[in-house]
Amino acid sequence: MPKITYISDAGVSRTIDVPAGDTVMEGAVQNNVDGIVAECGGNCQCATCHVYVEEKFLPLLDPIGEDQDAMLDTTASPRKSNSRLGCQIHVKAELDGLVVHTPPTQQ
Amino acid sequence: MAVVIIGGGQGGFQTAASLRAEGYEEHITLIGDEPGVPYQRPPLSKGFLLGKQEQRHAELRPAAFYETQRITLVTARATAIDREARRVKLASGEQIEYDTLVLATGARNRMLPHEDVFYLRTLGEATEIRQRLSAAQDVVVIGGGFIGLEVAAAARTLGKQVTVIEGQERLMARVVAPVVSEYFRNQHEAKGVDVLLNATLYRIGDKEVLLGERTRRPADLVIAGIGVVPNVELAREAGLPVGNGITVNEYLQTPDQRIFAIGDCAECPSIFAEACVRLESVQNAVDQAACVAKAIVGHRAPYTAVPWFWTDQYDIHLQMAGLPAGFDQVVTRGDPQTRKFSVFYFRGGRLCAVDSVNRPADHLAARKLIGARTTLSPDQAKDESFDLKSAV
Ligand SMILES: Cc1cc2nc3c(=O)[nH]c(=O)nc-3n(C[C@H](O)[C@H](O)[C@H](O)COP(=O)(O)OP(=O)(O)OC[C@H]3O[C@@H](n4cnc5c(N)ncnc54)[C@H](O)[C@@H]3O)c2cc1C
Ligand code: FES
Repeated sequence: MPKITYISDAGVSRTIDVPAGDTVMEGAVQNNVDGIVAECGGNCQCATCHVYVEEKFLPLLDPIGEDQDAMLDTTASPRKSNSRLGCQIHVKAELDGLVVHTPPTQQ
Repeated sequence: MAVVIIGGGQGGFQTAASLRAEGYEEHITLIGDEPGVPYQRPPLSKGFLLGKQEQRHAELRPAAFYETQRITLVTARATAIDREARRVKLASGEQIEYDTLVLATGARNRMLPHEDVFYLRTLGEATEIRQRLSAAQDVVVIGGGFIGLEVAAAARTLGKQVTVIEGQERLMARVVAPVVSEYFRNQHEAKGVDVLLNATLYRIGDKEVLLGERTRRPADLVIAGIGVVPNVELAREAGLPVGNGITVNEYLQTPDQRIFAIGDCAECPSIFAEACVRLESVQNAVDQAACVAKAIVGHRAPYTAVPWFWTDQYDIHLQMAGLPAGFDQVVTRGDPQTRKFSVFYFRGGRLCAVDSVNRPADHLAARKLIGARTTLSPDQAKDESFDLKSAV
């Protein structure tokens, strides 16, 4: 299973095996990782699953869709070029080793 | 000090989680009568029916969360509230004391007098329907509201022959304008769903349903989505006022200061409707829970969140903001032919709601515009060269 590393704003790191097909948000929520709220349950409606993706993985991600782009404009912590919504990143074999940082606040 | 929450659904879970996020340190007990950990319902009529999502995707948090957050989950049915003694009584006879009580009992499905009809509210029911769907050929859905149409879309996507029976003259009539109803009917028909409007179920026969004398449709699975009844009995028996839901004020408080009610079971005054409303949405349950959690830790403020909702049918994503009730004017932005458009509802010249089909940016702008009680005019709304965000 691909391993995903979540690093909190305070620097706490957790590495989780996330099944391919699940999202980065689901990997966090199902494993009780702090820093991801996911109020809308992965429907690209709430922007409380905001993560900053480590730069070198960006080329491996799908392009930002129209709904994700609109939602990223509403994040509680500032949007940066590596901002993504965790619920819109589907884990796949190539993403093994992915590192994401959770923002200081989601709400 | 202790908070007891009755109802382990979307609102109950969120109250507990928000209390901890707000720094509440005392006991939190979450009483729910469904097995397992709290879960969300939206996937049940969407990805779960399609087999794309499983139970773990619907669960809001794993069991470990409740341990680390010191939230006591009690799987039991609450049968009475003793307001004098400040105790909740469980079916087992056990009693749980509270300082503050939050009622998040949700709603249950309205049922038809017919037998052999399936309903969709719980994970248990969804699991059963999913199993039966795999063996079914002809599916009849009674009710052309959100849940009925989502079930119809899922069944059709799975290759079933699907009939939708709706009593009104158009789909989702209670909540959307005719242009939106029309759009959805066209989409379902284009996918091969047989949509019967102004139709009522007369009888369910052997592998068929009958609508009056002449019209019949084959059916080996009948699923109804005809609305819900709020779970208000506990509150009523405890002497709390009940209308179309447990009646609360703008702070989501019942006349008993220690008791709040939120989510599908509660009706509260809304600045977006100039009336008391009872809403059934994730947004409403979540935001009301957060509002109550804040009040409990001492930051009491009226509930004023902009209502929003979504439904997914096939690849159509409908997002709704505001409350259209009582609208007197509607304008459309964008062309439904392009499969991307938004409908703006006005009441007395003021924007009150927006439905967006595959136009997420419009929806987000709408949440802000409605929240800001903007003066956006109908002409501006339909003019695509006008930047909606500039009106916030
Ligand atoms: C199939 C389906 C699809 C949906 N799709 C969407 C969607 O796409 N978007 C959206 O915004 N909304 C959707 N909704 C609506 C949304 O799920 C509800 O509005 C939301 O769940 C309401 O939360 P709640 O906490 O008020 O009630 P619920 O989630 O219903 O939770 C109430 C809980 O309390 C329990 N309970 C009741 N009485 C007692 C008692 N006496 N003792 C113990 N426990 C008790 C109930 O069994 C239930 O588990 C959908 C609903 C369904 C059924
Ligand atoms: S979980 Fe809500 S936007 Fe990702």
